[in-house]
Amino acid sequence: MTFSPDLEARFEKLVASYPEGRTRSAVIPMLMYAQDELGAVTPELVAEVAKRCKVPPIQVEEVIGYYSMLHRKPQGKYHVQVCTNISCLLVGGEELYHHASKKLGIGHKQTTADGIFSLEEVECMGACSWAPAVEINYDFHHHVTAEKLDVLLDSLKKPQ
Amino acid sequence: MMTATPTEVTTVTLSINGQSVTAPAGTLLIEVCKKLGAEVPAFCYYEGFSLQAACRMCLVEIEKFPKLQASCTIPVSEGMVVRTESPAVVAARKDMLEFLLSNHPLDCPVCDKGGECELQDMTFRYGAGESRFTEIKVHTPEKQWSPVVFYDAPRCILCYRCVRVCDEGLGVGALGIQYRGVGAEIIPNMGDHLNCDECGACIDICPVGALTSGAYRYKTRPWEMNHVGTVCTHCSNGCKTTLGVRTDEIIRGNNRDHSGINGEFLCGKGRYAFDFNKHEDRLTSPLIRKDGQLVEVSWSEALKAVATKFSETQAAGGSFGVIGGVHSTNEENYFLQKFARQGLKTANIDHQRTGDVPALLDALSGKSDVLATTDDLYNTAAALVIGSDLAQQHPFLAYQLRANGRHHNARVYTVTPGKVREADYAAASLIYGSTAELFAKLDELRDRLKAEPELVILFSDAVKGADVAKLVAYGDSLGIKVKYVALVDYSNSRGALDMGLLPTLGPGYHAAPVSGLAAPDMLAAGLDVLWVMGADPGKGNAKFTVVQDMFLTPTAAAADIVLPSASAYEKSGTVTNVCGQVQKLKPAVRTMGTKPDLEIMGLIAREMGLNLGIWTHDHVLTEIRSSVAGYNVPLPVIQTGGAAQAQPVNGRVPLDGRPELVQSAQDTLFTSGTLGRYSKALTSVIEYPGKLYSDNQ
Amino acid sequence: MLFNEPHPLETRVLTKRMHEPGYNGTVEAYERYGGYKQFLKAVEMTPDDIIGEVKTSNLRGRGGAGFPTGMKWGFVPRQSPKPKYIVVNGDESEPGTCKDRVLIENDPHLLIEGCLIAARVVGAERGYVYIRGEYRYLIDIMERAIDEAYRAGWLGKNIKGTGINFDLRAHSGAGAYECGEESALLESLEGKRGNPRIRPPFPAVAGLYASPTVLNNVETFAAVPSILEMGGKAWADLGIEKAGGTKLTCLTGHFNKPGVYELTLGFPVEKMINEVGGGVRGGRKMKAFIPGGSSCPVLTGDEAWPLNMDYDSMAKAGSMLGSGGVILMDETTDMVKAALRIMHFYAHESCGWCIPCREGTAWLKKLLTRLDAGSGSARDIDLVGDLAKNMLGRTFCPLGDAAALPTMSIVKKFRHEFEAKLSRPVSVPVTSPDQLVSLG
Repeated sequence: MTFSPDLEARFEKLVASYPEGRTRSAVIPMLMYAQDELGAVTPELVAEVAKRCKVPPIQVEEVIGYYSMLHRKPQGKYHVQVCTNISCLLVGGEELYHHASKKLGIGHKQTTADGIFSLEEVECMGACSWAPAVEINYDFHHHVTAEKLDVLLDSLKKPQ
Repeated sequence: MMTATPTEVTTVTLSINGQSVTAPAGTLLIEVCKKLGAEVPAFCYYEGFSLQAACRMCLVEIEKFPKLQASCTIPVSEGMVVRTESPAVVAARKDMLEFLLSNHPLDCPVCDKGGECELQDMTFRYGAGESRFTEIKVHTPEKQWSPVVFYDAPRCILCYRCVRVCDEGLGVGALGIQYRGVGAEIIPNMGDHLNCDECGACIDICPVGALTSGAYRYKTRPWEMNHVGTVCTHCSNGCKTTLGVRTDEIIRGNNRDHSGINGEFLCGKGRYAFDFNKHEDRLTSPLIRKDGQLVEVSWSEALKAVATKFSETQAAGGSFGVIGGVHSTNEENYFLQKFARQGLKTANIDHQRTGDVPALLDALSGKSDVLATTDDLYNTAAALVIGSDLAQQHPFLAYQLRANGRHHNARVYTVTPGKVREADYAAASLIYGSTAELFAKLDELRDRLKAEPELVILFSDAVKGADVAKLVAYGDSLGIKVKYVALVDYSNSRGALDMGLLPTLGPGYHAAPVSGLAAPDMLAAGLDVLWVMGADPGKGNAKFTVVQDMFLTPTAAAADIVLPSASAYEKSGTVTNVCGQVQKLKPAVRTMGTKPDLEIMGLIAREMGLNLGIWTHDHVLTEIRSSVAGYNVPLPVIQTGGAAQAQPVNGRVPLDGRPELVQSAQDTLFTSGTLGRYSKALTSVIEYPGKLYSDNQ
Repeated sequence: MLFNEPHPLETRVLTKRMHEPGYNGTVEAYERYGGYKQFLKAVEMTPDDIIGEVKTSNLRGRGGAGFPTGMKWGFVPRQSPKPKYIVVNGDESEPGTCKDRVLIENDPHLLIEGCLIAARVVGAERGYVYIRGEYRYLIDIMERAIDEAYRAGWLGKNIKGTGINFDLRAHSGAGAYECGEESALLESLEGKRGNPRIRPPFPAVAGLYASPTVLNNVETFAAVPSILEMGGKAWADLGIEKAGGTKLTCLTGHFNKPGVYELTLGFPVEKMINEVGGGVRGGRKMKAFIPGGSSCPVLTGDEAWPLNMDYDSMAKAGSMLGSGGVILMDETTDMVKAALRIMHFYAHESCGWCIPCREGTAWLKKLLTRLDAGSGSARDIDLVGDLAKNMLGRTFCPLGDAAALPTMSIVKKFRHEFEAKLSRPVSVPVTSPDQLVSLG
């Protein structure tokens, strides 16, 4: 399995980041970055990461279900993560989530038919003082209102 | 028993439930409690495996600690004041059980584990009989991971015992954990199935009914069975297997009380491969060849026919050849050679030789305490494995060495023709091509081994004949205490040698008065009668062949008379394992129409009018104990299920100079000669038939 | 750049550079504002002297547990032949907490300098900044800063001719609150599931790869350069006795002006809410107050107003200072819903390792869901309190306590809100058949 030149370079650096015989340390970051490129953690990726990190595949499998950001099913092109944890909840995070759900027509961990959006109700993402917060892929959006979210989602939907 | 170099141990004194107790500093509190009789319950704690502190059942009260402490991870210290059954402790345990039972399916009435379930026992002891849980339970469907391993996640309490026994105990690491929180569950290494040793250790160690055996599940309730502890009849390691028997049928094999030499170890053969016993092809009637066809006849007709043939041949001065079995008991093999030598007056006697024990005993002449036991493998400071894929061919011995490495930092060295599992923790793992190269590799290791305080050398048929003496000379050259194990293949391969099933050696390795033919020569010699007991040497050119066997092997199929014999699980008697440890079989079941080989021989002798002594196992054992050196093993030990090592000779052994006859069958974890072919459990797993030196762990 | 308008009541020590006009957090900017000088000063000091200054400063771990940092560093066996490691806990995920983000985003070299000083103390040659996966952009920022530091000679071999070697890497998490617990973080950093480890041994003795490890929160490391700059005594004097310096405090929830502010330890709650935070939203009454992340026991408004933001003051009131994530709830807040949302989080984040946390959080979440939906009974309210109590102090790691403590306090202090949501009068027995059916 080969990845883009950028990712290959990243992996090379990653594996070299840990002491001799400790390449298992690279498993989780490698899965994260590879998942971004492939869209999901595929069985082939599990085998590849196991090979590159010199661990039995089951040790890769073990972490996939443990970490909530690793996923086996592809997500939408834009993965909309709405925080409803306590600080966001207090200032309308839950309403924002329901609004997003209604607007996109999908529920928690679902993807729109066109594959553009997926939605997830997430735990605290560390934007509590700028709540309610939404993270789309890796981009944070703060003090989000239903109106702001509409504008944001509409702009993403437009072909670029 | 060899022990590792003792280190200075300081002791501490503490109080447990008001009783003062002294223990070595650093001992885990839970162990000290256990020794004192103050049993602390635990699901995740399992002696010998890594600590988890996950189940929180072993919480105890320790003065000066603000919170209850997990006694499985607290080392004892001076002046500790511990209470293991105080109201706070009892309440905590009840609360833990309430949590555990919240998502537990409570399908105890149909659960295989019902009646021998640790969760049931704990609930019985600490209450939580009423549930306050009125929510919907987490449920996932049961999964089948192999023909013999099933996993029911809702029953799983996540104690991680299975994960640890597989990884740490076996060195396989086929189990892991997936998901987290209340959804966490155990997963197999191949996604939806297992590729492993199929040893079932995970099932045995599971405290609840989460891991169940494909061979046993939903067949019966544990209390409906008789539990018969006997010796596994497959490989030479001599593990105790407890056969669960209901109405003359073996329902399961497991490691119920861990009382055997094998402790908590048992491989798939001991656990599942009892099923050959009731295979539909099992012979249950004597057969006589009539008009070219083997036809069923009565026992009396068959015995009379054999006796008549033997007597007539003897009267006519005809020739005999006798081949004994490697699963037969010591008593049977002893009686067989006596029958041959005294009754039939023939010296042509042999068996399937798989390891050069005579050459080892000869080379060790004059030395004492040089034969290692299975305990030694767990306690020695170092071991050298030569020419064997131990984890495949001698799984219990491999387990002992691995445990020794884990618990005592023992160094293991391997010199093998290919990669072996021991390599993952071995101090050195060398690969050789030829025997000459083997000794060159040993020379490479010499300096490192010289630095060891002691050594056990295990060697396969790769070292035989004159090479054995060369190996012992090598051992001598190290200048340290060395013990040896000559690896042999089957459950009583060693006993067959000790009992004198050799053309040149009688019982106890004494020179036979007359030398006879070895097995391959017998087959080619055009003998008048060939008598095969529990072996499958192939069709020779004998004029008349009598076979005693459980199955119609190729040899039996070509025979003139076939007598259906009982299996090791159907008879008494003793067997000797690869380390020379003698253990007693216990009959678990009977198969209608079969007879134990000893009884068959006795009846033939009676028909012939021969007096070879009383043919019960006990009487023959008495004779063996008085006549075979080293076999005067303490009866109370073996009668109560223990093992006693026999050192049958300490002196020169007249060798026959035919090392080429020593050939291991190279069985894997999933093959076991004829018995293995008739075990559907063994042949059903994806790993069957397995391959040596292909370990990819 | 992410920060709020500075407030005059703030004491800007860690955040002093980020408000300078044109400050962009690059190595050049950092150096221009005196950056990395404290590392060079540390090179001239003995490790014991550095530890001494940190001890004098009364710096306590800023991740939430508040363990004295100097003491923690002192536990590292510096003579051990094993390699030593520096590990930065940037897995900030305690609900209500968003302060490490501000530090890494705006001044990453401050963190690098803190790591260098710690490395100097224990003789570590490798370090890792473990950053939660959701903060990918911060990982990118951190990596850029590390690259800059290598180029500028502040990382690598023989740093600035001091003979000190130190390699630092950013390491991505992948979504697991539990990995904020230090031993679970180490497991995760080793590529495993983030299950906590049995302690002792503590990370100082057997941490990353079973080697001695200095493991602290981002803010803790970031505080160290200023301690050397000001001197431990002066730094300590910023705060109060037993709790020195400043704390990045995240005002979240029903504030008029939420934000991250750097306040001295012992800052009065009343002043913090009314002046720094601009008062309670809409001038309403404060119903409840959580001082430092959702793991802390909840205080009522009345309890909270007279307190100060420091470890002892909060402990005396029955709560904890925690991570600095202040959560303010005004009188409109539905406390049952709040309790449910908090438990939803812990049930989601329980690693599943030990029984009471794994089963307890899941059960409590189901119970609270029913209570919130109005299908609970009076007995369920007691059960919530009881189950939380049964978890408390018995779990493998502090996550169980973190779930139990807020729950117990909410049930105790706001029981009337639970009762108001009951499906039927309190006196009806719960064992009636129709109810059992309705519970499914």
